[in-house]
Amino acid sequence: MDIHEYQAKSILANFGVAIPRGGLAYSPEQAAYRAREIGGNNWVVKAQVHTGGRGKAGGVTLCENEEQVFDAANKMFGKRLVTNQTGPDGKFIYRVYVEGGVHIEREIYLGFVLDRKSERIMVVASASGGMEIEEISESHPDSIIRSIVEPAVGMLDFQAREIAFKLGVDPAQIPQTVETIIGCYQAFRELDATMVEINPLVVTSEGAIVALDAKMTFDDNALFRHPDISELRDKSQEDQRESQASDRGLSYVALDGEIGCIVNGAGLAMATMDIIEVSGGRPANFLDIGGGASPERVAKAFNLVMADDNVKAILVNIFAGINRCDWVAEGIVQALQNTPVDVPVIVRLAGTKVEEGRKILASSGLPIIRASTLAEAAERSVEAWQNTTKSTNNIQILGEVAS
Amino acid sequence: MSILLNRDTKVLVNGISGKIARFHTKEMMDYGTNIVGGVVPGKGGEIVNGVPVFDTVKDAVEQTGASASIVFVPPPFAADSIMEAADAGIEFCVSVTDGIPAQDMMSVKRYMRRYPKTERMRLTGPNCSGTITPGEALLGIMPGHIYLPGSVGIVGRSGTLGYEAASQMKALGIGVSTSVGIGGDPINGSSFKDILELFEQDPKTEAVVMIGEIGGPQEAEAADFIRDHMTKPVIAYVAGLSAPKGRTMGHAGAIITAFGESANEKVGILREVGASIAPDPSLIGTTVAQSLSKAS
Repeated sequence: MDIHEYQAKSILANFGVAIPRGGLAYSPEQAAYRAREIGGNNWVVKAQVHTGGRGKAGGVTLCENEEQVFDAANKMFGKRLVTNQTGPDGKFIYRVYVEGGVHIEREIYLGFVLDRKSERIMVVASASGGMEIEEISESHPDSIIRSIVEPAVGMLDFQAREIAFKLGVDPAQIPQTVETIIGCYQAFRELDATMVEINPLVVTSEGAIVALDAKMTFDDNALFRHPDISELRDKSQEDQRESQASDRGLSYVALDGEIGCIVNGAGLAMATMDIIEVSGGRPANFLDIGGGASPERVAKAFNLVMADDNVKAILVNIFAGINRCDWVAEGIVQALQNTPVDVPVIVRLAGTKVEEGRKILASSGLPIIRASTLAEAAERSVEAWQNTTKSTNNIQILGEVAS
Repeated sequence: MSILLNRDTKVLVNGISGKIARFHTKEMMDYGTNIVGGVVPGKGGEIVNGVPVFDTVKDAVEQTGASASIVFVPPPFAADSIMEAADAGIEFCVSVTDGIPAQDMMSVKRYMRRYPKTERMRLTGPNCSGTITPGEALLGIMPGHIYLPGSVGIVGRSGTLGYEAASQMKALGIGVSTSVGIGGDPINGSSFKDILELFEQDPKTEAVVMIGEIGGPQEAEAADFIRDHMTKPVIAYVAGLSAPKGRTMGHAGAIITAFGESANEKVGILREVGASIAPDPSLIGTTVAQSLSKAS
């Protein structure tokens, strides 16, 4: 789960990380008021959206008076911010964060990740802050410092000191840098984060170490023990169908193709997407309804997939293991009787009691296209999609002639 | 011979009194698995599915001589249960639970290192379907009947995609020595390399099917092992060719965050070290058949 910059900053501040003075605003008036509250003569207005790359996309504006703060906020509210990470739809701006300006002496990159190779928390730092870590690893790979934390003892002072010295921080600022690094680690560990990133961490001209931006991502599987973190979820930043799916215990990722997929098991769901592509189609989504594929889940899945207007055909691919195909088939038939769909449905069942399952589909009277192998299922789906596209085109042409 | 599990392996079911655990305990027993007991704290002395229940894994191991266990425990308590098994001298443990916090698994892996490698429990999962030695025993939740006994090893992250591979092989008359699910979580007990190592040493296994997916460094690590140590043919498929970067595809570990983690990159690395690549998931069985006929 992702959270907003202002939320991450307030969490990290509790762990000893210094942040600029700032305040959240839900309107341009409030933004101007925040600027007055903060004081000083320059401010930054920052769109609060769950994405990186805000600066280049117009989501961060420097202001020198309250009027400019008002205007900057006014331009952001209600807009979708499209960055290089959001996709073409962008993310809605419902809140902005106003911060007092900081005189930057130098910018540092500081990140924490769960490293899958060492299976431990790894600190990643670079003296070349301010750009994305991907850019740094391309342009200044030698500047990247990595340090792995031993989970039994946690992050040690000397490790943080080593990082700070390698970053070339002035000796006078070492203690505060160490406190910042340790604070981030403790927040990561105690709150079950999977990523903490401060980019940039700046050294100000007054010699302070301040987090100018902050990102945190949390382990969804650990939210049960952090109710206060769960509350920070902002559904307005999620794909609507994806958040609906996750509320229903289904795992769904929206894609931009035309063939909707309903599959049991994550690996098989990815494989189904793969074979659709190999067969010349494009998957509209990833959807794992869970190994069990119960009738209720199948019904929810149809609703979810049909909510995508791009879907021109639906491929259901279920490998029934412990559950039997006849049971899964009954679920599919019930789901389609209760919620008829207006696109072709291709069903491939495999596994236990497959013959019985196919008989149930055949005798249901529903126009289900049946397939017995994965390859056949994909081919039939692509055919069905191409046919619907053709017939829609025909209707349009007829319409034009008639008018 | 087989790896990890055979008909004589004495098995404990941790959390045996739960509904799902009871169901799968019966399925495993029906298949031939030698289940000798269960563990549920506070229920010691009871009998479930005809086997005795113990309060602690240590008690159970002492009384039954069990050397393997399967953990059916909800996510908040699963890590503790796995560590209890490791401490009680269990040699092979399957963790089926989906949803264990990643940092809990970090602690589990660190904890297991307190035992010297020769005495360290071998853990598979979490979030895996288990291990089966066809015709002998199954320790997991997979349908036993789709596996034909034979001499090809399978190792994969996914449950149902593994079933797909096994049933394609069965349709072509190709049997399986042992099939091992390593699970879809970012931090897991055994890696592809760990299991390939076992298959390489197993005299009954002639070739290995490896079913990878996007995310993480374990396929690349396996490729190094294949290049340097594997004498047996490896057939590989990597799922997620069309998966977008930075999105979690169902499995907590199936997310491309770094260079080398996409399906195409993994396929490239595996092809380079001589693995036969199944170009799409419907061709896993036939790719195995071709590879076996080349080898013979």
